[in-house]
Amino acid sequence: MRKAIKTVLGASLMVVGLLAPAQAAGDAKQPGVIDWSFNGPFGTYDRDALRRGYQVYKEVCASCHSMNQLSFRNLSQDGGPEFTEAEVKALAKEYVVEDGPDDYGDMFERDALPSDRFVAPYPNDNAARAANGGAYPPDLSLINKARSGGPDYIHALLSGYQDAPEGVEMRPGLYYNPYMAGGKIAMPSPLMEDLLEYGDGTPATVEQMSLDVTHFLNWAAEPELEARKRTGFMVLIYLAIFAGLMYATMRKIWADLH
Amino acid sequence: MSGESTYNPGTGFTQWLDTRLPILRLAHDSFIDYPTPKNLNYWWTFGGILTFCLVTQIVTGIILAMHYTPHVDFAFNSVEHIMRNVNYGWLIRYIHANGASMFFIAVYIHMFRGLYYGSYKAPREVLWILGVVIYLLMMAAAFMGYVLPWGQMSLWGATVITNLFGAIPLIGENIAIWLWGGYSVDNPTLNRFFSLHYLIPFLIFGVVILHIWALHVPGNNNPTGISVKTKQDTIPFHPYYTVKDGFALAIFLILFSYFIFFAPNVLGHADNYIQANPLVTPAHIVPEWYLLPFYAILRAVPDKLGGVALMFGAIFVLFLLPWLDTSKVRSARYRPLFRQFYVLFILDCLLLGYLGAQPAEGIYIVLARIGTIYYFAHFLVVLPVLGIVEKPKAIPESISEPVLAAKPAE
Repeated sequence: MRKAIKTVLGASLMVVGLLAPAQAAGDAKQPGVIDWSFNGPFGTYDRDALRRGYQVYKEVCASCHSMNQLSFRNLSQDGGPEFTEAEVKALAKEYVVEDGPDDYGDMFERDALPSDRFVAPYPNDNAARAANGGAYPPDLSLINKARSGGPDYIHALLSGYQDAPEGVEMRPGLYYNPYMAGGKIAMPSPLMEDLLEYGDGTPATVEQMSLDVTHFLNWAAEPELEARKRTGFMVLIYLAIFAGLMYATMRKIWADLH
Repeated sequence: MSGESTYNPGTGFTQWLDTRLPILRLAHDSFIDYPTPKNLNYWWTFGGILTFCLVTQIVTGIILAMHYTPHVDFAFNSVEHIMRNVNYGWLIRYIHANGASMFFIAVYIHMFRGLYYGSYKAPREVLWILGVVIYLLMMAAAFMGYVLPWGQMSLWGATVITNLFGAIPLIGENIAIWLWGGYSVDNPTLNRFFSLHYLIPFLIFGVVILHIWALHVPGNNNPTGISVKTKQDTIPFHPYYTVKDGFALAIFLILFSYFIFFAPNVLGHADNYIQANPLVTPAHIVPEWYLLPFYAILRAVPDKLGGVALMFGAIFVLFLLPWLDTSKVRSARYRPLFRQFYVLFILDCLLLGYLGAQPAEGIYIVLARIGTIYYFAHFLVVLPVLGIVEKPKAIPESISEPVLAAKPAE
């Protein structure tokens, strides 16, 4: 059977090799591969990048995009931007949310609390569409997981806007981006040099802001990433020892058979 | 091997119980003293691994169901609630989602082992058929489970598959409406899929018991394919195979853990992290990897009804396999020609799997047609003919003979 497996493996690699180029010829440009700090088995988020990314999200993205799955309290959790609880309280307080009904049946407005979800820019999908020329700005909670290519793609898209090449007809309200399937995207280029001033003095280049906000979006999509990889490493060590013990036990038990 | 029971109740209580409900005797005869051929290799450890997979899916699934909401407005968010707010919810969900893939990896190895060593041949036809029943139930459970997170692939995958029933002449459309509980995949569909997804694993559990029963009557096949002749050929299941299965399971868990902790989403589709939207169709609708070969067969046929018929036929032909293979020799070890066709068949399945993930156009369609024809030809032409024309190699007298011959005299 071993020989059979070798043949199967070899031949299937050949088949894949023959067919792969046909698949790679999609119409969107391949995003470059970024060496994110959260890649790899020991990957962790860069706290400073997460905090800068949150600033970009808050001052740029959040004017059109919601992030409904996150609460302000998440910003102080382990493995995230790790703001202090006091900082999160202050951040939440910048927003006003509708609550109620109160004892008289009336809805009322109050300052947001850390337990509240991120406040969406529009009251509903239709309002979001109406304000953006008919295109719906997707919720960003899971965007890094919801696009093939993940963070590499998101970064390439955010920093990859270009003028449309000769012969590509652009309708008003559409912008040219080679990383988007079809090359046309309804979101205008969101980032430009010195659009904001980073609290830590980092120069706000397009590349820098794009890297930072993508870092933040990755945490938003996978807030468990650090705990997951840490646990995984312990589990693998445990399993390796367990497998070794099982192997030794098996050898000992089987030894008395001829 | 329904030999004499060697169970010997040790204590007063077990003697009392044994004369009323001999359940400990059953367990002893089935999993401790069960005589097993002594030459089983690691390909035989996947039965135990599959049992582990089933139990893992049931346990994690029950916990997930405690936090999940089967409603189109809440399902997607309740899954994210599990991922973000439930203690270790991400772990439980990633075990369950990747567990489905691991289950299928194991079942495919288990099935291809059976195909290689002729484990479906007399007297194990019923054992094989029960296995195919389990496989069918697994596909149903996996398909419905994939619908529950209510992402884009959930909705559109369910739409494609349920629409297949519309291909049935005359009553097809009504069957589709009956399955949906409406005029498209919607809330009633999600509700019933959740209900059935919870039910099917227990059906599988029941058929697994029958599968083990049907195994323990004729006893295990083995790599030589030769029937057990004397007590010399067997060893008790415990401790020899419990420890061997345990070691194999530990190795399998390392692979499983790699996916759970370091690549939890590579086996899924990015689109399923977008909430289902009936107004937006994804560019390519693809099922999970383990269903891709059948998807390729479905799309290879230009006629919808024909495609559906061939897709189900591809599974149905497995039920007939014990009678399609005319060779009296079980193990491929002694069937040089069969061995080559076996490799071709695996390649064909891999090719179909690859094609199932590609858009149905151009060269892919042509290849899928060739692959589909070969898939059926393997069962309907190659296996019946090979049994007649092939000249098998010399077969040893007993299981013990090649085992002894392989080792230098001690």
